[in-house]
Amino acid sequence: MESQIKAGQQADISVGIARDVFRNVRRAEADGRPILTQRARPFEDAARIFLILCAMLSIFTTIGILLVLGNESLLLFINEGLSLIEFLTGTEWRPQSGSFGILPLLSATIKTSVIAMLVATPLGLGAAIYLGEYAPQRLRAALKPILELLAGIPTVVYGYFAISFMTPLLRGLLNSPSFFNPNGTEILQFYNNVSPGIIMGIMIFPTIVSMSEDALSAVPRALREASYGLGATKFETIIRVILPAALSGIAAAIIVGLSRAVGETMIVALASGAGPNYDWNPFVFAETMTAHIARISSGDLSYGSVDYESLFSIGLTLFFLTLGLNILSRWITNKFREVYQ
Amino acid sequence: MSATNSGSAYSFELKDMNVYYSDKLAVDSVTLSIQARKITAFIGPSGCGKSTVLRALNRMNDLIPGAKVTGDVRFMGRNLYDPNVDPVEVRRRIGMVFQKPNPFPKSIYDNVAYGPRLLGIRQKSTLDDIVENSLKSAFLWDEVKGDLKKSGLALSGGQQQRLCIARTIAVEPEVILMDEPCSALDPIATQAIEDLMLELVKKYTIVIVTHNMGQAQRVSDFTAFYSIRKAAEADGIERRWGLLVEYAPTEQLFSRPTSEETERYIRGEFG
Repeated sequence: MESQIKAGQQADISVGIARDVFRNVRRAEADGRPILTQRARPFEDAARIFLILCAMLSIFTTIGILLVLGNESLLLFINEGLSLIEFLTGTEWRPQSGSFGILPLLSATIKTSVIAMLVATPLGLGAAIYLGEYAPQRLRAALKPILELLAGIPTVVYGYFAISFMTPLLRGLLNSPSFFNPNGTEILQFYNNVSPGIIMGIMIFPTIVSMSEDALSAVPRALREASYGLGATKFETIIRVILPAALSGIAAAIIVGLSRAVGETMIVALASGAGPNYDWNPFVFAETMTAHIARISSGDLSYGSVDYESLFSIGLTLFFLTLGLNILSRWITNKFREVYQ
Repeated sequence: MSATNSGSAYSFELKDMNVYYSDKLAVDSVTLSIQARKITAFIGPSGCGKSTVLRALNRMNDLIPGAKVTGDVRFMGRNLYDPNVDPVEVRRRIGMVFQKPNPFPKSIYDNVAYGPRLLGIRQKSTLDDIVENSLKSAFLWDEVKGDLKKSGLALSGGQQQRLCIARTIAVEPEVILMDEPCSALDPIATQAIEDLMLELVKKYTIVIVTHNMGQAQRVSDFTAFYSIRKAAEADGIERRWGLLVEYAPTEQLFSRPTSEETERYIRGEFG
């Protein structure tokens, strides 16, 4: 009994202390009515302003880059009397002699990117399906970090790998006399679009695997069970239910991979050749847009020169290309998103 | 041909069936026979293994890593767990309707035609007939006949569940397993599914897991009551497994249960 009373008294005392604490924190008029108006909160305001600045900085950077690219490109178009049609359809890129056709560079970018996607898409999707649907948990846990390792290799290493391994390998296969090439003519030049394209595909592969696997594993278990419950085999379930349901995510993965291929510089700078060449044959040398910018801007380049301004027009073209791909990716994701529930 | 021609009065005969998940006993020694073209209800508290037993009947447990079934499980006289038995073939004869309606994100037509297409039926007119008949059998035809191209997900929950039933009967199974098919539905949609079950049982064997004892009483011919057993392990971890307590004609099980545990459960004292 006694101890119970004590405990009760203690409780009263502690409530009293708590009241005192809160009395100091809460504000009140002299007559005891509470003050409910806002008080100054400097940290809240500072945090909000800092966060706004962070968000704005990225937007302003983008706008700034776009303005500089647009401005310098515009100078090229005005100073050289260049028309947009001429720029987009011209088949020769020789700024010194007044030829500003983007096609030689654009075609090389398209060739290397398409080859990269032809390598990365089927392999990446296949690997994603295996990892997500077939692989035992332990194997999957072991393979994923290895894939991420592949994504961490610097692209200059990939470029070196293209020129010192893939190109000689392909030249050995294609150029030596064989059933398809009885005379041993040089089909594949030392600088070409195939070798860097394949290597870019390997570079992009982890991105496709990782994004596609996320898309596949997001397909609800209930849909798989529905399919199995109707007597579908594993592969039928994958083809008819899981892949269609994951389509938007897979499409987004492919577009992201394609954007990386279009923007990739080091691999093509090393292995695709040192000069523009308008030829849709991927076996011959041809410099891509990115490789051309890298080569020209690393030499002597005087401000306001034709070469200088022409680089910005390539940069702007690249910008619109990747912007277009990103918009396409968003559109596909929204358009084909399957609402499961 | 469908179940109407099968000789045996029983669709399933289970003898001492145990189910294990990763070597841990989940369901202990179930022995029961399920009559053909009757509705058999599985009732019992959560975790008693009634869904596990149901999923053992069409080898759906195979999809869960570490799941293992021992004992004798016969479907129309055949051992379901014989090494030569292909679970894919099993599931083509034993359809399943799930707790949450799970139509594919495809059109109503493609949902129903999914199973027949798997079986290799490609002819448009045949598929049209199957889709129409299945939707009619699922009491859904009148509501959707105008727009079979509409996504199955655009339907209401109750309609979705009837679409899933139509999809299941489109492959003419012998048995339809239903895992709490009404637990996500409102009372009116539930009523529609119950009416449908009473119609379907003329042609198919139905096994239904339900939490709703009223539902078991309204629709089923036989009821199996499962419960939970617990034991403390040496390491102090408690282990639980399910077992079959009582199996009888529904009317008898609810009015004159032989087990005191069944009686307490149906009076709502636990579970």
